[in-house]
Amino acid sequence: MARNSLGREVPETWQGKRYDPYQDPFTRMPTMDRATRPLVRRNPGESKILPSLRAAIEKSGLQDGMTIATHHHLRNGDLLLNLIVKELDAMGFRNICIASSSVHPVHAEIIPSIRKGVVTRCETGVNGLIGELATKGELDFPIVVRSHGGRARMLVTDEVPVDVAFIAAPCCDETGNLNGVSGPSACGSLGYAFTDARYARKVVAVTDNLVPYPASPVSISQSDVDYVVVIDSLGDPKKIVSTTTRVTRDPAGLLIAHYAAEVIEASGLLKDGFSFQTGAGGTSLAVADAIKRKMLEQKVRGSFGCGGITGYFVDMLEEGYFRTLFDVQCFDLRAVESIGKNLTHREISADLYANPFNRGSVVNMLDAVILGATEVDVNFNVNVNTESNGYLVHNTGGHSDTAAGAKLAVVVAPSIRGRLPIVRDEVTTITTPGETIDVVVTERGIAVSDKHEGLRKELLRRRLPLKDIRQLQAEINALTGKPRPLEFEDKVIALIEYRDGSIIDVVRQVKE
Amino acid sequence: MVIQQRLRRTLLYVPGNMPGMLQNIPVFNADGVMIDLEDAVPLSEKDAARTLARNFLVAFPDRSKEIFVRINGLDTKYALDDLRQVLPGRPDGIRLPKADDPEVVERLDTLLTEYEERLGLEIGYFSILPSIESAVGVLNCVKTAQASRRIVALAFGAEDYTASLEIQRTRSGEELLGARMQIVWAAKAAGLQAIDSVFADANDTDGLRADTELVKRLGFTGKSLVNPRQIEVVHDVFRPKQEEIDHALEVMEAIKKAREMGTGVISLRGKMVDAPVVKRAARTIRTAVAFGLIDYELSNEVIYGQE
Repeated sequence: MARNSLGREVPETWQGKRYDPYQDPFTRMPTMDRATRPLVRRNPGESKILPSLRAAIEKSGLQDGMTIATHHHLRNGDLLLNLIVKELDAMGFRNICIASSSVHPVHAEIIPSIRKGVVTRCETGVNGLIGELATKGELDFPIVVRSHGGRARMLVTDEVPVDVAFIAAPCCDETGNLNGVSGPSACGSLGYAFTDARYARKVVAVTDNLVPYPASPVSISQSDVDYVVVIDSLGDPKKIVSTTTRVTRDPAGLLIAHYAAEVIEASGLLKDGFSFQTGAGGTSLAVADAIKRKMLEQKVRGSFGCGGITGYFVDMLEEGYFRTLFDVQCFDLRAVESIGKNLTHREISADLYANPFNRGSVVNMLDAVILGATEVDVNFNVNVNTESNGYLVHNTGGHSDTAAGAKLAVVVAPSIRGRLPIVRDEVTTITTPGETIDVVVTERGIAVSDKHEGLRKELLRRRLPLKDIRQLQAEINALTGKPRPLEFEDKVIALIEYRDGSIIDVVRQVKE
Repeated sequence: MVIQQRLRRTLLYVPGNMPGMLQNIPVFNADGVMIDLEDAVPLSEKDAARTLARNFLVAFPDRSKEIFVRINGLDTKYALDDLRQVLPGRPDGIRLPKADDPEVVERLDTLLTEYEERLGLEIGYFSILPSIESAVGVLNCVKTAQASRRIVALAFGAEDYTASLEIQRTRSGEELLGARMQIVWAAKAAGLQAIDSVFADANDTDGLRADTELVKRLGFTGKSLVNPRQIEVVHDVFRPKQEEIDHALEVMEAIKKAREMGTGVISLRGKMVDAPVVKRAARTIRTAVAFGLIDYELSNEVIYGQE
């Protein structure tokens, strides 16, 4: 074990692989080339269509011990990963590694196959029951949690070679040209799958909507796809995208949003060319709403909005608040419709979005990002992976990527959640280092990192409730009391990888 | 003369029986809150609400805002228990419902004096915010406004008022005009602020804005609120416009010069600046400072001249 620069004990070798402990957000850079993959020749008249998933698995050359990947654009409506694992189980595979872009609660269906040894490792973060059981020690399933940019990096550097990528394709033709904008499983952007299509040894497009050649627009092209399989359904459309994403009505959430918008304005970034990212939660949307009103008042025209895109951002694009949207993932139907027809609503890969090891990602151009947290600590470190019970139940998403890239990273969170204080001495798990977080906003006050003396002064001048983070913590603790620390076993069940591939923290099995 | 009154643009009701909401009182930036023991609290929870309100008051001695408690009417069996429980927590004042005549305010004044003596507080510590909410209350409010030195403002309760008239309250509020004017006159004549009624539909932001703009024009200085989401709209309506602030600052500079010259009147771009103009300008500046729009230290000597 080694101690990283944030004081966390992390393994140097885990599950047979070497890892570097986290040092700082901006310097790690291995010397190497980008990954390659075997050359393939396709002659006229050769068909890529295969009759079933089983046929595709056979043809792909997948063997025991190899790695598969899917994307998570269908989110909790995804059926594909479950179907594949069921097929692998039926075909007698063992010791397969999953390197999907994320795993959702719906994939709890594969738990019996994990117990059986069909699937034994997870090179991606998980949402829901699988992580909970792993943290409780009830499921032997080593997990490496990565950010969106970190996962793209992992593929580009070949740190985790993906042998077969199964790409759910809501609209696809016989040669594998595919997009996410139409069909019963339309999900909009396919940004997470782009990198898989470029770097996986074999690429299988799986569709429930085979259209005559050529499928258009082309998000992932026929030149990257080896096989095409048609199945009945890729997913449950109701769970793929929500029909609406709404601004919160909770007064405390609205107050947090108001403060966050004031912080952005006070930072001086809100001027022509402003770029912005926020999530799809009610409070995040309320921040967007408040920012929009300020932009209107001050006649500010922004440059781009990015990340996961909601109908709210689409409105801002159409009304001229932004010139462009960079969309790595659509959150609702409005966004799906827009990306199919509006040329300024751009579909971008996770690599372009957030990979630290390319020639410059979009997050580096972000002015302000609004981020969530399950906990923050007095050093501004943020946890989004584990909850107060210690269970690993959330994936990282773009959290640490955008925090590192943006000029102003603002964490918004209620001061008390489920009777527990949000500000801790130390977060249970460090997802994002405090060095990359600028401001923490709660309804009880705003804490600003020491490096922003000017911003502090401006917030005071505006009579906003600026507080030292320890003072904020003390005020919250006065209401909630100080929670008893969690107890953990020694066993590491998951690594939290920072976007540059170093290990920022681990998740240990909880003592129950 | 009232030299400096607290800003009371927004007085937010918080149900006394809801601990989650009481806990958030320090969080919201209303100028004041009114912890409700009356209409929002069902009969079965009156005692719990009193205890919760008192515990809250004790737990938050450093207050960033004015805290009133709306007790039950003095004609109910709950009011005396309400006072006995909450006054030791030292709220800033009592919102008195059904303040139909001066006598009921005088009764409360006497009770408050007794508690101040018992608790070792200076006489007059607790203020009174009488609520005018019936036809008879409106007719009597000129006298009611002068019934006690503790009164800081007159409040209007439009829901109960329309009920007493057996009419519906409308979104545009024409039916309230007469009562509102009477309350504003009574308040201003007594040197008090006037606080308008709640606007009950928390989702109707446009309606709230229109209603607030109307009452601001009529002379009300603030509004009672049912939901924290309403605070920003009301503050926004009462927020002085930049040209009003600029003008007020010019007036202050002009009168400062006038005082230096030993006079109380001066001309600013051909318009006379005298005491009422200065007072209005001072009010604008005070409000602008409260909004954080400007930094300015007002001097009473400049506003009122040396004695």
